[in-house]
Amino acid sequence: MADMQQLYDAVLNGDANLARSVTEKAIEDGFPPKDLLDSYMIPAMDEVGRLFEEDEYFVPELLISARAMKSALEILRPLLAEGGVEPVGKVAIGTVKGDLHDIGKNLVAAMLEGGGFEVIDLGVDVGPEKFIAAVKEKGVQVVAMSALLTTTMPSMKTTLQEIQAAGIRDQVKVMVGGAPVTERYASEIGADAYSDNASAAVTIARSFVNG
Amino acid sequence: MPVAANPPNLAITTLEDFRFGLCPKPVVCGRGVEIGTGNVVPEVNFTLSPIDINESTWSEIRSEYQEMIEGVCERAVDLEVPALLVEFETLPPMTVRPEWGAQITQLLADTLEKHFQKHGLISALRLTPNDTRDHIRPPLMRRGEYWDGMLDLFQRAPDCGADLLAIESTGGKEVCDEALMTGDLRTVVFALGVLAARDMEFLWGEIVRTCHGTKTIPSGDTACGFANTAMVLAEQKMIPKVFAAIVRVASVPRDLVAYRMGAKGPSKDCAYEGPYVKAIAGVPISMEGRTSACAHLSHVGNIAQAVCDCWSNESVQNLRLLSANAPTVSMEQLAYDCRLMNVANSHSSEDARRLRNLLVESDARSDPQAYVLDPAVVLKISKKIIQEESPYLQTRTAAHAAIEVLKEATDSEELRLSTREKKWLDRLEKEMESLPESEEELIEEMLSSDIAKKFIPGEYGITA
Repeated sequence: MADMQQLYDAVLNGDANLARSVTEKAIEDGFPPKDLLDSYMIPAMDEVGRLFEEDEYFVPELLISARAMKSALEILRPLLAEGGVEPVGKVAIGTVKGDLHDIGKNLVAAMLEGGGFEVIDLGVDVGPEKFIAAVKEKGVQVVAMSALLTTTMPSMKTTLQEIQAAGIRDQVKVMVGGAPVTERYASEIGADAYSDNASAAVTIARSFVNG
Repeated sequence: MPVAANPPNLAITTLEDFRFGLCPKPVVCGRGVEIGTGNVVPEVNFTLSPIDINESTWSEIRSEYQEMIEGVCERAVDLEVPALLVEFETLPPMTVRPEWGAQITQLLADTLEKHFQKHGLISALRLTPNDTRDHIRPPLMRRGEYWDGMLDLFQRAPDCGADLLAIESTGGKEVCDEALMTGDLRTVVFALGVLAARDMEFLWGEIVRTCHGTKTIPSGDTACGFANTAMVLAEQKMIPKVFAAIVRVASVPRDLVAYRMGAKGPSKDCAYEGPYVKAIAGVPISMEGRTSACAHLSHVGNIAQAVCDCWSNESVQNLRLLSANAPTVSMEQLAYDCRLMNVANSHSSEDARRLRNLLVESDARSDPQAYVLDPAVVLKISKKIIQEESPYLQTRTAAHAAIEVLKEATDSEELRLSTREKKWLDRLEKEMESLPESEEELIEEMLSSDIAKKFIPGEYGITA
C-alpha cells in the first residue's frame, strides 16, 4: 500500500522522482486521483507557500516543489479528466505588451500550476488581443498581467479597456503585479486584484474561482 | 572557441593603488571629460514618467527629455561640477526604431554643448542602446530585425553626438533567468562562462569596429541581466544572498571580454562587478550605490562607491519632488558625493584611502554581496581569475573562489549570515564540485538536456 505521507513529503521537499513513483503506486492501489490531489498534493504546496511567505523557503525550493507537483500531476491529469474532474480553475498569464521581463510571471505561473490551476502562459510582450482570445477561446476565468517597467504599466490599462470593449469583462477576473505596480494603480485601472508575491497570487486566484 | 586570455598580471596589484578616481587606463571623452585621472565624475541617467511611446506622444517625449537635461545641466553649473557625464539609456522602442533613439541623443548632445558654450560646463554623453535581441526567445544573437536595429543605432551614435557607446548585453540571459530562480549554479556558469562570453566577443567586436575612426569611444558593458537580476531577487528574499554574491563574481570573466575586444571604459554604472574589471583590466569604472535607490534597493550602497571613477544614480524617473524634478535632485546628490571624494583625493592619498575604507567597512560585514566588493577581496579573487585561460574556466574559478571566500568569512565571523543562507552556501559548494574541467564537456551536457530548448547553439558559434 502506498504511503500517502510520502507523497506530501515528496512535494514539500521537491523530490519529483519520489512524487511520481508514489503517485503511480497509489493509482495502482486504487486511490482516487482527486483524493491524491486534494488531500496530499495541494496541501503540500500550500505548506510550501506558507514556508515561503514566512521566509523559511526561497523561490528555488518553491519552484522545485512546484516541479515535483507538476511531475505527479502529469500522471493524474488524464485520470482526472476521465473522471470528469476539472482543474481548480483556468488562468491566462502574460507580461504585457512592450515588456519582456518574465521571471516574476514565470514564478506566478509555476505557483498557480502547483495550486492545481490550468495555466495558459501567453509569454512576454502580450497584446490585449491575446488575452481576449484566451478568455473567448479557452474559457479562462482569470487573466493575470505582469509588468516590470513604469513605461509598460499603461499596457495593463489598455488591456483592461480592450477586454471591456470586447464585452467580456464580466466573464473574467483580472489580477496584476510586477515591481512598479501598486494596489492603488490596480484599483485606478479597474483591475480586480493586485498581488505583490506569487504565493498570494494563488490565494487570490482561488478566491476568484471559488466565488 | 575560447576568446583570448587575460593579461598575466593584474592592472592594479596593491590595495594602496586601488582607489576612487584613479585608474591605470584613464579615458578622455566629450568636451574634455577626464575619467580616472583624479576626479570622480558624476554620471546622471534619467527616464520618462509612465507614458506610451508612439507617434502621437513623441513630441511630448522630446519635451520631457529636454526638461530633464536642462534641469540637470543647470544644477551642475550651479554646483560648479568639474565635469559631468550624462547617460541616455534608450527605451526599447527607441532601439527598435533607431531614428527615435538618435533624435533624443542629438537633443541631449545639443543641450550639453549649449551649456558648455554658455557656462563652460565640461560634459560627455553616453548612449546605451537596448539589447533588443532578447525580444524573442530563443533569441537571434547575430541576425534578424532586432540585431539590425541595434546595429543601426550603434552606427548612428557618432553622428548624433554620443561620446561613449555602451550596452547592457543579454547573451545567455535566456538560459540564466530560470537558473537563477531555481538556484542552479551549474547552468548559471554555463550561461555566463560559455554563452555570454561568446556573445560578448561577437557583440563587442562589432561595437569596437563601429566606433573605430570616430569620436565615439566604445565604453563598457554590464552583467545587469544576470547579476543585478540576482541582486534584486535576493533583495526581495526570493533567492539566497550568497547565491547572488557568487553570481556577481561569476559574471566578471564575461564582462572582461568587452575590454579584451577593445572597449575602453568606463564600465556601465550598474556593473557592480566593476571593481574586478578595474583591478584586472585597468579601465575606469562607473558605479552606483545608495544614489541608485531611486531605481532599485541594494545592500551595497556605500561599498559600491569605494573604487569608482564615475558615480551614478542608475536611472531616475522624471517625477516632481518638493525641491525639484527627480533628475535634478539626483544630479545634486551625485555632485556632493563626488565633491567629497575629490576633496579627499586632493588632500592626500592617505585621506582618500581613509574615506574608501570607511565606505567599505560600513557595508562589508552585513551582506555577502557587499563582502565580495571589498577591495581586498576583489584583489584576492581577481588574482585567481587571471590564472585561468578561457572565460569558462575563469567563470568556474570565480564562482569557486567566491564560495571559498564567503565560507572563510562566515567561519571567522567576519561576515554575518543566517542559518538558511549558510545551508545554501554548502549546497552551492557541492554543486560546484561536479563542474567539468572542459568547456566542451559542459556544452555537450547542456545540449543533451532541456536547457538546449532555450537557446540556439549556432547563435553562439556552437556547433550542435
